Amino acid sequence: MFQIRIHGRGGQGVVTAAEMLSIAAFDEGKHAQAIPSFGSERMGAPVVAYVRIDDDPIELTEPVLRPDLLIIQDPTLFHAVDVFSGLSDDGFLLINTARGLPELRIDEALARLPEHHVYTVAATELAVRHLGRATPNTALLGAFTALSGILQLDSVIKAIHDKFSGDVAKSNVTVARAAHDAVQAA
Amino acid sequence: MLQQIEGSAAVAQAVAACRPEVIAAYPITPQTHIVEGLGDMVKRGLVGNCQFLNVESEFGAMSVCIGSSATGARTYTATSSQGMLFMMEAVYNASGMGLPIVMTVGNRAIGTPINIWNDWSDSMAARDAAWIQLFVEDNQQAADVHVQAFRLAEAASLPVMVCMDGFILTHAYTRVDVPEQAVVDRFLPAFEPRQVLDPAAPITMGAMVGPEAFAEVRFLAHYKQLEALDLIPRHAVEFEALFGRDSGGLLKSFDAEEKSTVVVSMGSVIGTLKSVLADMRQDGTSIGLLSIRSYRPFPKQKLNDALANAKRVIVFEKCLAVGMGGILAADVRMALTNLAVPVYSVIGGLGGRPITQENLRRMLDKGVHDQLEEPHFHDLNVEVVHRELERLRDIQRPGPSAESILRDIAGAEANARSSR
Repeated sequence: MFQIRIHGRGGQGVVTAAEMLSIAAFDEGKHAQAIPSFGSERMGAPVVAYVRIDDDPIELTEPVLRPDLLIIQDPTLFHAVDVFSGLSDDGFLLINTARGLPELRIDEALARLPEHHVYTVAATELAVRHLGRATPNTALLGAFTALSGILQLDSVIKAIHDKFSGDVAKSNVTVARAAHDAVQAA
Repeated sequence: MLQQIEGSAAVAQAVAACRPEVIAAYPITPQTHIVEGLGDMVKRGLVGNCQFLNVESEFGAMSVCIGSSATGARTYTATSSQGMLFMMEAVYNASGMGLPIVMTVGNRAIGTPINIWNDWSDSMAARDAAWIQLFVEDNQQAADVHVQAFRLAEAASLPVMVCMDGFILTHAYTRVDVPEQAVVDRFLPAFEPRQVLDPAAPITMGAMVGPEAFAEVRFLAHYKQLEALDLIPRHAVEFEALFGRDSGGLLKSFDAEEKSTVVVSMGSVIGTLKSVLADMRQDGTSIGLLSIRSYRPFPKQKLNDALANAKRVIVFEKCLAVGMGGILAADVRMALTNLAVPVYSVIGGLGGRPITQENLRRMLDKGVHDQLEEPHFHDLNVEVVHRELERLRDIQRPGPSAESILRDIAGAEANARSSR
């Protein structure tokens, strides 16, 4: 079972990202589960969502406590929430930031993760450029497909079309593709 | 059709396939997505000639449901938490009049303190309202049991609540094979009401009944609900024959018959319990699981059969009878004819507290060695409770405990962060 925990803030599409990942996994014939952990539902409040992907049916309903991958939609959360809780020493970390890793002041966490398990992508900047709004979720999903090999970019693109339509879908696909290519090139 | 879909959307589609004629609902978290989904489908003309009534409150919703069901229309609503409390008088009226309304309860805690998250306080508050109450473990069951609920309600002429854990199920995206219209039509016949308000043939529904007959009317309510003990499994068998899925029924045993310790619970925690129990069995513990699917009527006989060889029973429930203990545990104790078996009451998951494999394992490792106090409050932060009790003792005007406990926990978290 591959377990993902997505951390972000209200308004960043954290829950939608988890749902799209589960739809993409379903499209590939896998079993998947996306469960949101709502706080008081307001813009800017920390939000967590959980995704499980497996070849077999998933019965667990507990939160994801030992993630294989963390997606951090807002790097200011590093110093507000214990985002690294339960992340294994060979886990993956995908961060939305336009800055360099040293500036994030998470050296301790980085030190225990293997090389090539930590990626950054300027997801908010990509979203603002192509969508005109700061929703980094689809960029991060595109980046996820480049780093993990768990899901294909095409499945995420299908899931984007499942959730959005028209120009919004098209721009989100552009964002996901751009982030995927950026991570692949890194 | 097999879909990756939100639990609420799956329920909305399953209810739509049951061809409801009237839906009246008022939105409340976490039920909202269900009625929004249905409202959308009705507006797009996808639910036959169904009317969706936007009402001013939950009391209005259930009152409309009573009226429409009394005229012979297949009727549906959904609610949660305080919404259930607000409609409560009408909830009793619906069952008292024998109206086959189906209502989803997106199970949520009841305030105060206000809490939007999952436990069973709401449907338990309506435990004695004479509705049938069916609990579901996952979203496949949620979709399937709604189809069976309409069949059951109309066959028994009784209202049915389908209880699904809020957020954990209502907001979860999982794989669901949503019951298809053509197959639902084969399972669910057209509604033939046992009583209809008709100006041409006047009757009184909800007549005043004095001491001379009230006991007999109440007895019949009890008797009628017990008859559902036969209908529920029969419908589940028919459903499985048509849809190929084991959904519904009175209860589901996971190796309960042969094990020394049996955990009894309901709802979505069954999935996590299954996984913990599999680990414990691998480690040599004799432990089984029983999922109550029909909470009202309570399947006494089946429960006794399943627990006939148990040495101890551990009841895990997301509700609390303050001043007493577990509610489901009390039912299990009352139902068991073998009084020698200890029944432990474990209360957990209140107000959305995560129930994890780890904390369940810790509790069950004690449980199988008869080391649980009575009742046992699962995953309780004992230090916080002690500090608050001390404060209440020492301070002249201590103020609200809810606020001071929040402050205490926030302080502890800040300390933990600065020491990291």
